[in-house]
Amino acid sequence: MASLKHLLGIGGLNPVTVTNLLDLAESYVLLNRSGKTQRDSLRGRTLINLFFEDSTRTRTSFELAGRRLGADVVNMSVSTSSVTKGETLLDTAATLNAMNCDLLVVRHNRSGAPALLAEKVSAAVINAGDGTHEHPTQALLDALTMRRHKGRISGLTVAICGDIAHSRVARSNILLLTMMGNFVRLIGPPTLLPGNIGINGVEIFHSMEEGLKGADIVMALRLQKERMSSGLVPSSREFFTYYGLDRRKLAYAKPDALVMHPGPMNRGVEIDSDIADDDARSLIKEQVEMGVAVRMAVLDTLARSSEA
Amino acid sequence: MTILFRKISYLDETAQNLIEGELLVRDGFIADFGQNLGRPDGAEIIEAEGAVLSPGLVDMRASLGEPGFEYRETIASAAQAAAAGGITSIAVLPDSQPPIDDPALVHLVIARGADTGLVDLLPYAAATRGLKGEELAEYGLLRAAGAVAFTDGGKAIASSRLMRLALSYASGFGARIVQHPEDTELAKGGAATAGARATWMGLPGIPAAAETICVARDIRLAELTGGAVHFAHVTTGEALELICRAKEKGLRVTCDTAPPYFDLNETAIGDYRTYTKLSPPLRAEEDRQAVLAALKDGTIDAIASDHQPRDADDKRLPFADAAPGGAGLATLLGVTLAQVHNGALTMPQALALLTKKPAEWLGIEAGVIAKGRKADLCLFHPERSWVVQAGKLPGKAQNTPFDGRALEGAVLGTWKAGKRVYG
Repeated sequence: MASLKHLLGIGGLNPVTVTNLLDLAESYVLLNRSGKTQRDSLRGRTLINLFFEDSTRTRTSFELAGRRLGADVVNMSVSTSSVTKGETLLDTAATLNAMNCDLLVVRHNRSGAPALLAEKVSAAVINAGDGTHEHPTQALLDALTMRRHKGRISGLTVAICGDIAHSRVARSNILLLTMMGNFVRLIGPPTLLPGNIGINGVEIFHSMEEGLKGADIVMALRLQKERMSSGLVPSSREFFTYYGLDRRKLAYAKPDALVMHPGPMNRGVEIDSDIADDDARSLIKEQVEMGVAVRMAVLDTLARSSEA
Repeated sequence: MTILFRKISYLDETAQNLIEGELLVRDGFIADFGQNLGRPDGAEIIEAEGAVLSPGLVDMRASLGEPGFEYRETIASAAQAAAAGGITSIAVLPDSQPPIDDPALVHLVIARGADTGLVDLLPYAAATRGLKGEELAEYGLLRAAGAVAFTDGGKAIASSRLMRLALSYASGFGARIVQHPEDTELAKGGAATAGARATWMGLPGIPAAAETICVARDIRLAELTGGAVHFAHVTTGEALELICRAKEKGLRVTCDTAPPYFDLNETAIGDYRTYTKLSPPLRAEEDRQAVLAALKDGTIDAIASDHQPRDADDKRLPFADAAPGGAGLATLLGVTLAQVHNGALTMPQALALLTKKPAEWLGIEAGVIAKGRKADLCLFHPERSWVVQAGKLPGKAQNTPFDGRALEGAVLGTWKAGKRVYG
C-alpha cells in the first residue's frame, strides 16, 4: 500500500488504497463479531481524540477503535470558548507535540483545520470531519456498508438527498463513490445543492421522484435547524414534504434499494421513522458497527506507515 | 548634491517611451536629461548598464498598520518596504485605529510620512464617520487638511442612499469617492470566490457577482449625482465591462487593480494557504485574464499595491477565520514587470500604470520625469531575478500571497527628493 501519512480527505486517496482499507476493515468486522476484540498492534501508541465540535458517536467510535487495537486513548474536547480566549489551533498543536502523540483524530468546525494541524504536528492526523469540507472515515464506512450488502462498490447508483451544500459527508462520499466507478445522484433544493459540485459521474436533481429512479442506495443527510433560520429552506414541514425520505418517495428507487443516514437523524425532517427503523431497508445501525471497523483499519494503516 | 545617472534608459515625460541616455539630479530636483550631459563637478556618477530609471512609484492604495495596529506594521517599517520596492509616494487608506476621519488625523499621517524621509504619505479620509457607513465625514475640512479622496477602505459603502449622498456631496468639493466594490450582503461570511473550488474545499463563497452588482449600482449613482466614483481593486471581467461602458459614456468613473488579481487566480489558495486569502478574494482564471486585458486597453487606470499588513497570528488560523489581505509594497514592481516579460504590457505601459497615471489621479506633482520636478526616482534592472520569500521581505509585514514566486526585475536604488533611500 502506498504510504499514507495522514488521512485528511478522500481527495488524497486512490482506488487501491480505498480497497485495501475496506478489506482490512472487513477483517476487523469478523474479529469484532467473533468477540476476539482485543488486538495489540497499537500497543504503546497514543491516540488523541481532539474534538473542537461535539460529536458523541464519531468520538466514541474512534475511541473504541483505538482501544481495540491496544492504543492509549485520550479524549480532548476543546470548547470553542478556550479558542476564543486566544489559544490558537497552533498552540494546541505545540501542546500535542510535547505529549508525543502518535495518532491525532481531529474534528473542527472549520474547513482545512486538520490540514493546518497536520503541517505542525508530528502525529499522523485523521480528519474526523472539518467544516463543510470532508469526513473521510464516514465515506469509508458507508462504502464498506454498501459493499457488504450489494457485494460490490462499483457500478452502483447512489442517491444522496438533502443538504448537500453544508455536508462534509456528501463531499467525501461523492469523491469516494465516483472514484470507485459508481453513479451518484444528488437531490435537494437549489439553495442546498450547489450546481458547481457536479463532477464526472454525478447528476443533480431537484425532485426526489426523478432523482431516486434506479437507485441502489438512498442516503439521507442531516438538515440542521439553522438552515431554516437562515432562510435557505422556508420550513422543516416544506422540506419534509419535498425532500424527506419516506416510504412513498423510497418507492421511486429500486425495489431492493437500501437506506443510509450518517446520523444523528432528525426524524420527520429528512427521514421518516417508519423507514429509519425498518430493518429490512435501513442500514443505519450497521453503519455505526462498520464505523468502528473502518476506523481500526485507518488507525492501523497510518500507524504502520509511520513506522516504515 | 549632484547625481548623474549614465548608461540607463529613462521613462520620458509622456510615459510612452524609454530613452537611452543620461539624467542629472541637482539639489533634489531633476535638472536635465538626454545625451552626453558631460561630467558636472563633484557629481556622483551612477552607471547601470541595462537598468531602467523610472519615476518613483506612486502607490495609490495601501493600508498601513499605524496608527492602531503597530504589531502588524509601523509607518517606519512600511516606508522601508516601500523604498525597497521603489515606491516614493503612498496613498494611505483610512482604516487605521482610530480611522482617519478628522482633519487632525490627516495632518498626523502626512507628518508621520515626512518624518520617515523615505516616502510621501497621502491620506485618504473616511467616507463615513468612523468608517461606520452611517453618516458622511467632513469632506470639506478633510480635503482642506490634505485628504486625497474619500473611502471606507476595505469596507464597502453599503447603503445606496448613503452612497448617493457621498457622491453628490463630494462632487461639490471636486472630490472622489473610492469604493470597495462588493455587495456586503452577498459577501457576508465568505472566504473565497464562489465556485466549484470553494464548494469542494468547503469554504463559504462570495459570488463574483457581488462585485458586479455594487459596480453597476454605483455607476448609476455616479450618473444620477454627477459625482466621481473610483472602484478599488477591480477583479472581474463583468465589472470591468461595466466600467468600460461608463467611461465611454463620459461618466466620472475610474478604477484600479492590484498585482494578485492579474498574477494569481483562485488555485493559488492550494491547500488552504491563508496568505492568499484576500479581499476581494482571488478569482477564476478567466477573470484574471479579463483584468489583464483591461490593463492593456486602458480600462484600468492604475495598479496599486493593495498592501494590507497582517501578522502571523492573523493568518495562522483555519482559512475561514484568517484575516484577509496581503503585503504588497515590495512586490508591486516585480509582479507588474512579469506582464512586461510575457508580452502582455509594454514597459512604458506598465510603468505609467505605476507612476504617471496614479499621480494624475491623485493630483500630485510626482510620477513623471520632467525638468524641475522633485527627484523621486526608482532605478531597477528589468532582468535581474529574485525569489519572493515570506519571512525575508523588507519591512515588518510578511504576508505575501506571492511566497515562492520567482520574479524578474529588481530595484537597484530608490531616491526620494534626490536622496538615496534604498540600494
